[in-house]
Amino acid sequence: MPVVDVQELTRTFRSGRGLRRREVHAVRGISFSIERGELFGLLGPNGAGKTTTIKMLITLLLPTSGRATVLGHDVVERPREIRRRVGYVFGGDRGLYERLSALDNLRYFAELYAVPAREQRGRIAELLDLVGLAGRERERVESYSRGMRQRLHIARGLLHRPEVLFLDEPSIGIDPVGARELRSTVKALAERGTTVLLTTHYMFEADELCDRIAVIAGGRIVASGTPAQLKQRVSGGGVVEVEVFGIPDGVVGGVRTLPGVRTVSVEERGQAQVLLVHTEPGADVAQAVLGRLDGARVGRVVTREPTLEDAYVELVRE
Amino acid sequence: MRLLAVGWWLQLKVRSRSRFDGLLGVLWPLFFSTTVFLMFRAGTQSAALLSAAVGASVMGVWSATSTAAGGALQQERRQGTLELLVAAPRPFPLLILPVTLAMATVGAYSMVATLLWGRFVFGIGVTIHNPIAFLAAVVVTVVAIGVLGFLIAVCSVRYRASWALGNALEMPVWLICGFLVPLSALPAWVRPISWLLAPTWGMSAIRAAAEGRTAWLDLAACLGLAALYAAAGTVLAGRLVDSARTHATLALT
Repeated sequence: MPVVDVQELTRTFRSGRGLRRREVHAVRGISFSIERGELFGLLGPNGAGKTTTIKMLITLLLPTSGRATVLGHDVVERPREIRRRVGYVFGGDRGLYERLSALDNLRYFAELYAVPAREQRGRIAELLDLVGLAGRERERVESYSRGMRQRLHIARGLLHRPEVLFLDEPSIGIDPVGARELRSTVKALAERGTTVLLTTHYMFEADELCDRIAVIAGGRIVASGTPAQLKQRVSGGGVVEVEVFGIPDGVVGGVRTLPGVRTVSVEERGQAQVLLVHTEPGADVAQAVLGRLDGARVGRVVTREPTLEDAYVELVRE
Repeated sequence: MRLLAVGWWLQLKVRSRSRFDGLLGVLWPLFFSTTVFLMFRAGTQSAALLSAAVGASVMGVWSATSTAAGGALQQERRQGTLELLVAAPRPFPLLILPVTLAMATVGAYSMVATLLWGRFVFGIGVTIHNPIAFLAAVVVTVVAIGVLGFLIAVCSVRYRASWALGNALEMPVWLICGFLVPLSALPAWVRPISWLLAPTWGMSAIRAAAEGRTAWLDLAACLGLAALYAAAGTVLAGRLVDSARTHATLALT
């Protein structure tokens, strides 16, 4: 039996009244399941419905329709059973008592999450070691860096040894070294049998960590599979990257009509823009693309194999 | 009990560590009591002045609790901890009650400050004829005010704007519960409302103990009403959390 089972789950947010009533369909009938010990990634752009999905699974939001079970318990009918056995960690600065020390935060959440009193001291020390905050635990959280706060979040989420851990963009705002440590912590947890649902913007993170990935866009799952399977969706083709300082009007539309071109997108990178052209297998479109850019200031031109990020970009823009 | 005790202690720590809040907490009761003492000193009855001194001291407890209780869960919402409280497996009311009890405890300082301020600045000595009953009445009143704050606080789980409820109730309760003027001076239709408010009975018990009259019946009424508030708050909290899950009001956005 899957540890997390989601069937046709939807969530609509309503705001305003009368003529000003507005509805936002954040999640539109998604289905997926996660097996015990699996590390499952939910990828999507901002507003895709990732956090809403997680909040329904940890019983903070009621679904508008559809059904979801976590560890065999329905998220609507049996929230308390689920809360006892799952952990939730989100990214960013919030979610901690700033005026308390890390130790007091962990003591408080240990009580909240019903960690037996005789185990609390040892468990807190163990987690402080795990996240590298041992020795700093008596300092107030308000003096912590973002990375330290994030590590404290992880420790908080693990206090009650959850069977399923929901990580909502846990590496957001962390420096590369901290993010690497975080990834190794998550990997170690999954290896020890904790089921993990992870949302992230970073493709390399998903590629490195996740057993399976579901790509979510506009509240719908647009693709799912292993990272290798997702890459295959764009493999066989190629990617041409052209660095341009000011893309003239109409060029993107023009490139899109070239033979052998699948999709075209533009990324801002500092003062330059990068034209990303996904091509059909065997198509050589570089010269034709440069021809369309006649008169523009062009920098580096690279032709390469597609990455998971390319697959993701193509999927969410379909 | 352990959850309540740990929650109370850590919430007390949270609330006592802001220098700005601390300064306001020190000055506010002195401002109240000065106003009340100046008002009542204009009269000639020393009994009324003594009664006002005790009333002003409880006013501070109520003000600290009512204004903070309304905003407490909004503050939890702002710092992103409200969702974590709801997502915890422990019963939600047991997580909120220590928050408002901690506020009432902070407010209890104002009782001491008011009585000392009255004694040393205005020369109003309060003689307590039954210290044990007085102490019991103070503790029960502080707890009852904390529980009433809990009832106010749970409303803001569902309604983000209900932080204003505590502010709106602050001054009416001063009057209705007889902190400043005797209940007999209020219109007859107000009195049933007074009887439904635990601080009315707590105030009466404190005055009775100070004056050497029996305080135990008033105390029992105060305690009974506090228990009723706790039960009502528990039921209400369950419903409002479910409603907040439906209407997505646990987070700031």
